[in-house]
Amino acid sequence: MKHWLAPSHNDMEDRAYRVVLIAALLIVAGGAIFFFKWQVLGFPAQPDAETQVWTVEVTVSFDAGPGPIKASLYIPGLTPGFAILEENYLSRGFGYTPAYVSGGRQVRWTRRRARGVQTLYYRIVIYKDPALIESDTTPPFPEQPSMSEPLRTAMELLIEDVGDKSADPGSFTVELLKRLSQPRRDQNVEILVGVDPTAAQIARTATDLLAAARIPARTIRGIYLQEQQRRARIVPWLEIHDGTRWLYFDPLTGKEGLPDNFLQWWTGDDPLFDIDGGTDVDIRFSVKSDFTSPVELAQRRSDERNSLVAKFSLFSLPIQTQAVYSVLLLIPLGALVVVLLRNVIGVQTFGTFMPVLIALAFRETQLLWGALWFVLLVSLGLMFRFYLERLRLLLVPRLSAVLIIVVILMLIMSIISHQLGFESGLSVALFPMVILAMTIERMSVVWEERGSHEAIQQGLGSLFVAAVCYGVMDLDTAKHLLFIFPELLLLVLAATLLVGRYTGYRLMELYRFRELRKGTD
Amino acid sequence: MLAWARTLRANGVLGLNERNAQIIQRFNARKLYPLVDDKLKTKRLALEAGISVPKLYGVMESHHDVRSWAEIAGQHTDFVIKPAHGTGGDGILVVAGRSSRRQRLYQLIDGNVISEAGIRHHVSNIISGQYSFVGTRDCAMIEYRVETDPFFAAVTFQGVPDVRVLVYQGYPVMAMVRLPTRRSGGKANLHQGAVGAGIDLASGQTLSGVLGNDIVTEHPDTGEPIAGLDIPMWEQFLSLAARCYELTGLGYLGVDIVLDQEYGPLILELNARPGLNIQIANKVGLMNRFTVVDNWKAAYEPDEKVALVREAFSQ
Repeated sequence: MKHWLAPSHNDMEDRAYRVVLIAALLIVAGGAIFFFKWQVLGFPAQPDAETQVWTVEVTVSFDAGPGPIKASLYIPGLTPGFAILEENYLSRGFGYTPAYVSGGRQVRWTRRRARGVQTLYYRIVIYKDPALIESDTTPPFPEQPSMSEPLRTAMELLIEDVGDKSADPGSFTVELLKRLSQPRRDQNVEILVGVDPTAAQIARTATDLLAAARIPARTIRGIYLQEQQRRARIVPWLEIHDGTRWLYFDPLTGKEGLPDNFLQWWTGDDPLFDIDGGTDVDIRFSVKSDFTSPVELAQRRSDERNSLVAKFSLFSLPIQTQAVYSVLLLIPLGALVVVLLRNVIGVQTFGTFMPVLIALAFRETQLLWGALWFVLLVSLGLMFRFYLERLRLLLVPRLSAVLIIVVILMLIMSIISHQLGFESGLSVALFPMVILAMTIERMSVVWEERGSHEAIQQGLGSLFVAAVCYGVMDLDTAKHLLFIFPELLLLVLAATLLVGRYTGYRLMELYRFRELRKGTD
Repeated sequence: MLAWARTLRANGVLGLNERNAQIIQRFNARKLYPLVDDKLKTKRLALEAGISVPKLYGVMESHHDVRSWAEIAGQHTDFVIKPAHGTGGDGILVVAGRSSRRQRLYQLIDGNVISEAGIRHHVSNIISGQYSFVGTRDCAMIEYRVETDPFFAAVTFQGVPDVRVLVYQGYPVMAMVRLPTRRSGGKANLHQGAVGAGIDLASGQTLSGVLGNDIVTEHPDTGEPIAGLDIPMWEQFLSLAARCYELTGLGYLGVDIVLDQEYGPLILELNARPGLNIQIANKVGLMNRFTVVDNWKAAYEPDEKVALVREAFSQ
């Protein structure tokens, strides 16, 4: 007869299947964007983690000669263990061009003429990024160094001796550096490096000796990053290639492995700074360490990659708009809490989303005060509402009257509590007054029609849901995650859709139907 | 806790989520709602189909009508005012008579007295939509006040008891009688504290009652036993309820029927989202009965459906 109205059971299952499918798609999409931003772009999943950044500044000052000036300074190119956040060149009147050269990267400053003391600055901001490793290709075998006697014999003897006592390029280097750092013990060594060699000399000699042993090697220069340094020292470090990867050695001690606060600046034996047309050069390195929010780092990084994610980010909005969204993004979360509390737990509330808006106000007032103000406002409002009932007003004027009374009550509360020294009373102003007026109206109707019991029960239910919403929306993790990863809203949507298909009992129904639990009929 | 849910499931208890998602959304097409949500429409439909309903005295649709109150309600001394779009018995005013000395005072069913101005205020509240669950403009119906059959007098505190029949696909699958109490203020609404008592579909005999969510055996105000009453004209109750399905096409329908002293069973209102307390009153889950009905062929006449149900669901 009228059965055509009812969809078949297959339809129902099909619908359930579709909801699960859509939810799964949303979860995959949201999860994938989240994972990309978190793992690849490095947006932090934890709220207040901070990342250390170092600012290294090189100040070069010199006396300008009469002619044109051409100066070049090595700057970091390959920096294993560190990523470059930003760098700038400050030099009044000089043209500059950064370029890649054999020893790494150089900035070249040029100027037609200048007088007196000139100062050039180079500043780089870096942070630790363990993912960044030496990405050099395998170097060719080095040519035998040409040496005259008696150096040649000393070198051959030393190589043979060290070769006997080592197994691979790594241990060869360790043994070699051990010998070179103690020249007094071995005359051959003393001939090669002198009596009291510097680290740089040892490194240079070791490079030659390693070349003779057909091991590619080079000297790298860098600085140790410490909290605060006015004058950082350039330290040489020996780097060899063992056929598969680069190994690092301290030329003085022979210890292997780069310390993690060593910032590589350039490679080779060229001087750090080279100038044509200037004298009295003074170079100064200063290091400063700072903490910055990892969000900023990730943001800059994704800017650099020019990725779509960066363009469609909240951070591209003006600051005020960002602040608005940092609150708005929490509302879906509150809505999900309402859905769970109503459809899975079975709590009754006035108005579907009223508790979410009350919870937003709680963010400013704090929970305890907020709940107190809420109860006070609603009870006073109800009292006035009951009196208004006697005046027999039409509906809309009466609603407006309640709204006006709510606003007046809020004002009085703020003033009184301010006079008494409770500053929390000022935040009463943040309560959603229209919603409150509607709640009072609705509550008074329920009170009259269904009795005080049900009205108070629903009122407390609303307050409870608002408190839970506040608890969830106030979680630092939640705030942080939704602001940094708004794509998580897709997951919230998926969860809501899934609850939308939940047809099981509500928790309260287990109690409500307790008489029906007894026996099977 | 899971075990509790499992027991309920095994007993075929229908929960709210399941009712909303599986039953209402599936069997109650949204376009059919206005037929029952607007009580005026329901009444007109019922009259066309020859189904007995309380007589309509008048309708007030605007604030202007309120001023001409005397003309519309002038000749009646007792009547009921209700919002056409009200839910759960909200906004219903039952006037039992006029004060003999002062014509402008009305006697309410609960003993209170209300002035004509009071009634006008109530009517204008109704028209403004205070009791309409969508919050839009409404109209107030003034209709015949049902004189409860003396049969129920012993188990009623004021007010009018009614019988709620739950109709699934045109089959009356479960029924209960709702008895007003002092707490419910004379209203036959379980939410407001009325007592509900299950009814054996086969015999029309009442089973034990439920107050709130608890089982009761006696009426809280009169102290009379609730169970074991044989409701008169039971066959008519069921057949009226079954015909309401033909009227509306709603597959899940609550039919509220009162027993009038003079006119017998009258349809008071229809509900497209009937509640689930009827299960507690009958101590039976609805799902089991739905399953039985699902296995029947649909092409029966209403009276045949009643016969089938009375045979299958006797308790």
